[in-house]
Amino acid sequence: MFIPFAKKSALVGLLVASAVAQPVLAADEYKLGLVTFLSGGAAGPFGVPAQNAANLLLETLNEGALPAPYNAKGINGRTIKPIYVDEAGGATKQSSEYRNLVERQGVDAVVGYISSGDCLAVPAVAEELKTLTVLFDCGTPRVFEDNSFKYVFRTGPTTTMDSVAASYYIKDIFPNLNAVSGINQNYSFGHESWADFYGSLKGLQADIDVPTKQFPKIYAGQYGAEISALMVNSADVIHSSFWGGDMEAFLLQGAARGLFEDQTALLTTGESAMYRLSDQIPEGTILGGRGPFGIYAPDNALNRWFRDAYSKRFGTQPTYPAYKMVQGILGLKLATEQAAAKVSGQPTTEDVVSAFEYLEYEGPGGKVSMNMGKGHQASMEMVYGRYALKDGKPAVTDVRRYAAECVNPSDDMPANEWIEKGMPGAKCN
Amino acid sequence: MKYATTMIVGAGIALLAAGLFMPGWLTFLLTLAFAKGLVVMGLLLLMRAGLVSFGQGLYYCLGAYCVGIAGDYFETQNALLLLLLAIVVCVALAAVIGLLLCRYRDIFFAMFSMAFSMILYGVLVKSSAFGSSDGFNVKPPLLFGWTPTGESGPFLAYGLAVVALVGVGIFVWRYLRSPMGYAGEAVRENEIRVEYLGASVRRIIYTKYLLAAAMAGLGGGITALAAGHIDPEMAYWTTSGEFVFIALMGGVGHAAGPVIGAVLFELLRTYAFQISPYTWQMILGIALLVIILYLPKGVWSLVERVTKGKPL
Repeated sequence: MFIPFAKKSALVGLLVASAVAQPVLAADEYKLGLVTFLSGGAAGPFGVPAQNAANLLLETLNEGALPAPYNAKGINGRTIKPIYVDEAGGATKQSSEYRNLVERQGVDAVVGYISSGDCLAVPAVAEELKTLTVLFDCGTPRVFEDNSFKYVFRTGPTTTMDSVAASYYIKDIFPNLNAVSGINQNYSFGHESWADFYGSLKGLQADIDVPTKQFPKIYAGQYGAEISALMVNSADVIHSSFWGGDMEAFLLQGAARGLFEDQTALLTTGESAMYRLSDQIPEGTILGGRGPFGIYAPDNALNRWFRDAYSKRFGTQPTYPAYKMVQGILGLKLATEQAAAKVSGQPTTEDVVSAFEYLEYEGPGGKVSMNMGKGHQASMEMVYGRYALKDGKPAVTDVRRYAAECVNPSDDMPANEWIEKGMPGAKCN
Repeated sequence: MKYATTMIVGAGIALLAAGLFMPGWLTFLLTLAFAKGLVVMGLLLLMRAGLVSFGQGLYYCLGAYCVGIAGDYFETQNALLLLLLAIVVCVALAAVIGLLLCRYRDIFFAMFSMAFSMILYGVLVKSSAFGSSDGFNVKPPLLFGWTPTGESGPFLAYGLAVVALVGVGIFVWRYLRSPMGYAGEAVRENEIRVEYLGASVRRIIYTKYLLAAAMAGLGGGITALAAGHIDPEMAYWTTSGEFVFIALMGGVGHAAGPVIGAVLFELLRTYAFQISPYTWQMILGIALLVIILYLPKGVWSLVERVTKGKPL
């Protein structure tokens, strides 16, 4: 009777002991925690492409084979060892896993987080544990509006500029714009995307009509009723921040019913699916990539290397989550190396923080300026274009670029207030 | 009876003392586990009466939002006051919903309780003032002028969780040995007999439902204080499902079952995350299957086998 219990307790004891024991650190190893969705609905379109990009980048960095100025080996000469964590489980779970990464696994820094909820929860823990953390993808502007953090940086631009640039773009493309409809998922990102888009469009054209706005459940998959509503209440443009399987389902079901024959779809995250769904996206659909990423990325040495290596390895072109992951890791690398140039030996976290603040660097998507959120939040230009097939291959036409100063609020103003006031101080050309 | 109370208090003091030496991640993990343990203890009361609630997330989430909203709007960070408020609000809501729910049994009770928690989830997702599905951050708690900073931050929530666990643990342990406690099992076995014996089945279930709501609210409040961030996911049915999972793992035979179940669940999940980031769900599933197959009365039955020499 007693033996199985004794065995069990011994096992539990062993487990706890191995957990409490601090891991032995190799001196020349840079342990990097990487958190993206590896399961669930956001894994396919965002988490896995980002992780693939991280894998590719870290291998190349460790060989020192990246184009300049990133050709130094690893991070400041230290070999990078990635530790992957699934982002599933919600914000509380992720706060817990963040502590595990820092205190149990002893990571030097963490790059990650796609969900905005996680990006709101994790920074407080990062501050407490004084660990450098780079948020690479999540979009809510609230992260640095509600708080100011010392150890947390976000190298990806916020969602504000997606919506603002979208309203500029459709004003440019449709001079006789009368009405826009919306279909967005019933959760924060969907609500915020629509509110920002409608708010900024209203600032540009006060008499804009909204025949219908739909907020179906996230991961609903069936949009029969919503498509009917959109067809009956016809508009010039249908705004949607759908992503992943939802976007796919909406495009398929909408196209089958002729929804996109007289109405143009505006997909703010459409770029993430343009290769996967190349046969399903109607030509003329407006695609956004949450920044100058993917097909909108400029032609520089880093981008050429990235597109080439990524498509060779994974058989498809990299989409924006992949770009943003690379941008995050490179920002961390550059800040660390710039800090190291000023001190002897390895720089402390504080040294890296002060080098990271207001850093400007070139990523595979072009210029990144950490000039918002007291130097902790990146701003970039925003690009929109329309989907077209060129020789049977997915491409974009009518590409317009909007400068970072045009589509982002100046540092001290919260995004929704900025949009409400009619975007004061925006410098557009 | 006194012996058991002393044991529980002693265990609590030992846990508090251990908290001073534990690494931060373990303190945090145990805080969350104890908070969940509190919710599952409430679930245990219902399960012993034959009622499986798939909606304890309702009170777990409501308690957390009470703490978060009150901390924001009423300008108080006093942890005890906030937790008390969470309990009061949860019991008030349960007093209304309970009138309806305690008329139902089996799958109907499970589905109805789940429906109410999903209503709260739906309302919160629509409320942009509370951050919709992203939720919002909860201000760090204080305790009578003691403002924990830096290293001692997680310890306050841990201390609260341990104290709450000891208090609720003693209560549940004694309650299960009281006539009202035994009445639960009687209801599960034969409601008509209970009525003929002169007890009101509805009142028995109603009381248990209120108690479970209070414990879930307390657990949710502690989670909010510990994690510093809350979101509507706490009311989603998968969260409630997690509580049932923990109850099955730990066993409902004893007040300690839920706590052991919760700690085991959190440890299992965090190591599953670490060891296999791609297939951690499978590890959890297999663990539950193994426990159901070999320890149908939960992990607690192992302890019973040792102490009472009971064959399985």
